[in-house]
Amino acid sequence: MSRLALRFATLKEQNKAALIPYITAGDPVPTFTVDMMHHMVKNGADIIELGVPFSDPAADGPTIQLAMERALAHKVSLTDVLAMVSTFRQQDNETPIVLMGYLNPIEKMGYLAFAKAAAVAGVDGVLTVDLPPEEASALALILQQHQLDRIFLAAPTSTLPRLKKIAELSSGFLYYVSLKGITGANILNVAEVEQKLKAIRGMTDLPIGVGFGIKDASTAATVGGIADAVVVGSVLVKHFETYEHDKDTAHIQQVVGEVLLAMRQTMDEV
Amino acid sequence: MLTMKTKKTDFSDIDWSAFPDAAGHFDIHGGCFAAETLMGAIGDLQRAYTTLKNNANFQAEFDEDLKYYVGRPSPLYHAKRWTEAVGGAQIYLKREDLNHTGAHKINNTIGQALLAKYMGKSRIIAETGAGQHGVASATIAARMGMECVVYMGEVDIARQSPNVYRMKLLGAEVRSVSSGSKTLKDALNEAMRDWVTNVDDTFYIIGTVAGPHPYPMLVRDFQTIIGREARQQSLEQTGRLPDALVACVGGGSNAIGLFHPFLADADVAMYGVEAAGEGLETGKHAAPLCKGTPGVLHGNRTYLMDDDDGQIIETHSVSAGLDYPGVGPEHSWLKDIGRANYVAITDDEALTAFHDAMRYEGIIPALESSHALAYGVKLAAKMQADQQIIVNLSGRGDKDINTIAALEGITL
Repeated sequence: MSRLALRFATLKEQNKAALIPYITAGDPVPTFTVDMMHHMVKNGADIIELGVPFSDPAADGPTIQLAMERALAHKVSLTDVLAMVSTFRQQDNETPIVLMGYLNPIEKMGYLAFAKAAAVAGVDGVLTVDLPPEEASALALILQQHQLDRIFLAAPTSTLPRLKKIAELSSGFLYYVSLKGITGANILNVAEVEQKLKAIRGMTDLPIGVGFGIKDASTAATVGGIADAVVVGSVLVKHFETYEHDKDTAHIQQVVGEVLLAMRQTMDEV
Repeated sequence: MLTMKTKKTDFSDIDWSAFPDAAGHFDIHGGCFAAETLMGAIGDLQRAYTTLKNNANFQAEFDEDLKYYVGRPSPLYHAKRWTEAVGGAQIYLKREDLNHTGAHKINNTIGQALLAKYMGKSRIIAETGAGQHGVASATIAARMGMECVVYMGEVDIARQSPNVYRMKLLGAEVRSVSSGSKTLKDALNEAMRDWVTNVDDTFYIIGTVAGPHPYPMLVRDFQTIIGREARQQSLEQTGRLPDALVACVGGGSNAIGLFHPFLADADVAMYGVEAAGEGLETGKHAAPLCKGTPGVLHGNRTYLMDDDDGQIIETHSVSAGLDYPGVGPEHSWLKDIGRANYVAITDDEALTAFHDAMRYEGIIPALESSHALAYGVKLAAKMQADQQIIVNLSGRGDKDINTIAALEGITL
């Protein structure tokens, strides 16, 4: 069983939703990322979504864009991100890691070289934002051959036939984008999300994660009540912005840990 | 790795109308690499365009606008004095600079705004580099009574201030983009973010033959009016087809518009001219076809300027409209199969051509078009007087006079 499947199975037994924090690898400095990942696990993260920096993150809002710019100022490459995962795995062999990024760095490395290196590093799943199912068959096959889960996005605007295609290609879990827009945008509409999840559950037994627009512990708890996983990104990453003024990573670690822990506790109370 | 299925041939076995395929592929190039959040809107656009491209009313409305609003056909002009000075092939200029709004961009914006209207969208967004596409979008939005937001990089806003003011006069809102390199590619990112957030009422008018399918195809289709007219005009005015076509390539819409109707004419050579900036060897250029490798950006696979990690690198060109790290996927394919040649012209060479066009022909060319003129003159000089070439004079250069003056140390 893959780390993702195992983690979701365990959580299901405990009747809990997974909490999946997102950070951008290398933000604000490359040396910070692995420590931060361990710290997030200590504060309630079940799965970590690690952003691979890209120069042109067209699906992301200003918070994640700036995070990627901070990481790219240190020239953090896909190879560097995989090295961070390897280092993380020396101390933590259970927490699943999903890479989230854009296709071009993977194209540049080559699909096969990437899949091999990611599997060796201890990556569990890959979400490529600008790779819809129509274009994904080549990469999906290679990822599958290397036991890497294929995470795809589903959106409020995805039609039923598209949802079906997405569900067929996905493994590990399916990531439902809870609102129209970019990362870090408005607050989501819970009733709408619930309705769409019902439709998706009719097509797949995969766990469903919900992300985009989850900004506080109570929304996280509400979403955790209807989904299998809650993905939070911008609300954490915005705290990395203080580094520019105070160069204080310990402060970021503390604040982000507190936000996560509050989400975890509120989710578990429900 | 991906390998090309189509090989270099004599081209007689290629069915040009079969490209792109139904999913937008020009062999390995093109396609639809967009986030799922956009796929609904892209699917709507694909379906709408597939229906409307064969709809007689739609086409009639488009043709009428091109004739009475744009002022088409644009002349094919024999640049006799310049030809004489060069002493080679006869140089003909396709005068897209004489279109309403001063560039070829209006052909496409009229087509896409009509699509928006037929699709019931009330709001138009666009990205712009030099501002020509922004002006063309603002123009058509004003005429159709639609709201218009134009995204433009901070750097481009500074160097194209006349066009920024024109857009504002036309009632458009110009939003400054300060992320990344603050140029065209970042404006495109920002426009995509707007589109994904406002998909219900918004139509995104992409200004060039790039982006996710169907954009490269539909922008091409709207721009082929350039080549269809040029082909007919060449036959009427000279009794034969030209020996070569020359057009500048940023994203490549004016070039594909000129080239496409000639693709099956095997004896017509084609030259796409990229911006060599300070020189191809300096790395400070905007020439993905000459110096880049295939990758994925802004919805399509195509030649890109990126580094070893797959990060898009900054481009350099005196011309804002050519300052883009990608290129339309059809050009990438035409390069790979060898049907078109891609070359590059430096800032300095383009500036020389700018001045020559003014002094020999009394025409102010856009800096973008000056790249095509510079290569056209080079090419003509190596040819015989009984040969002829068509250079696409894609836009007028009034917008560039502040840039030129600043480069030459003149305060206006």
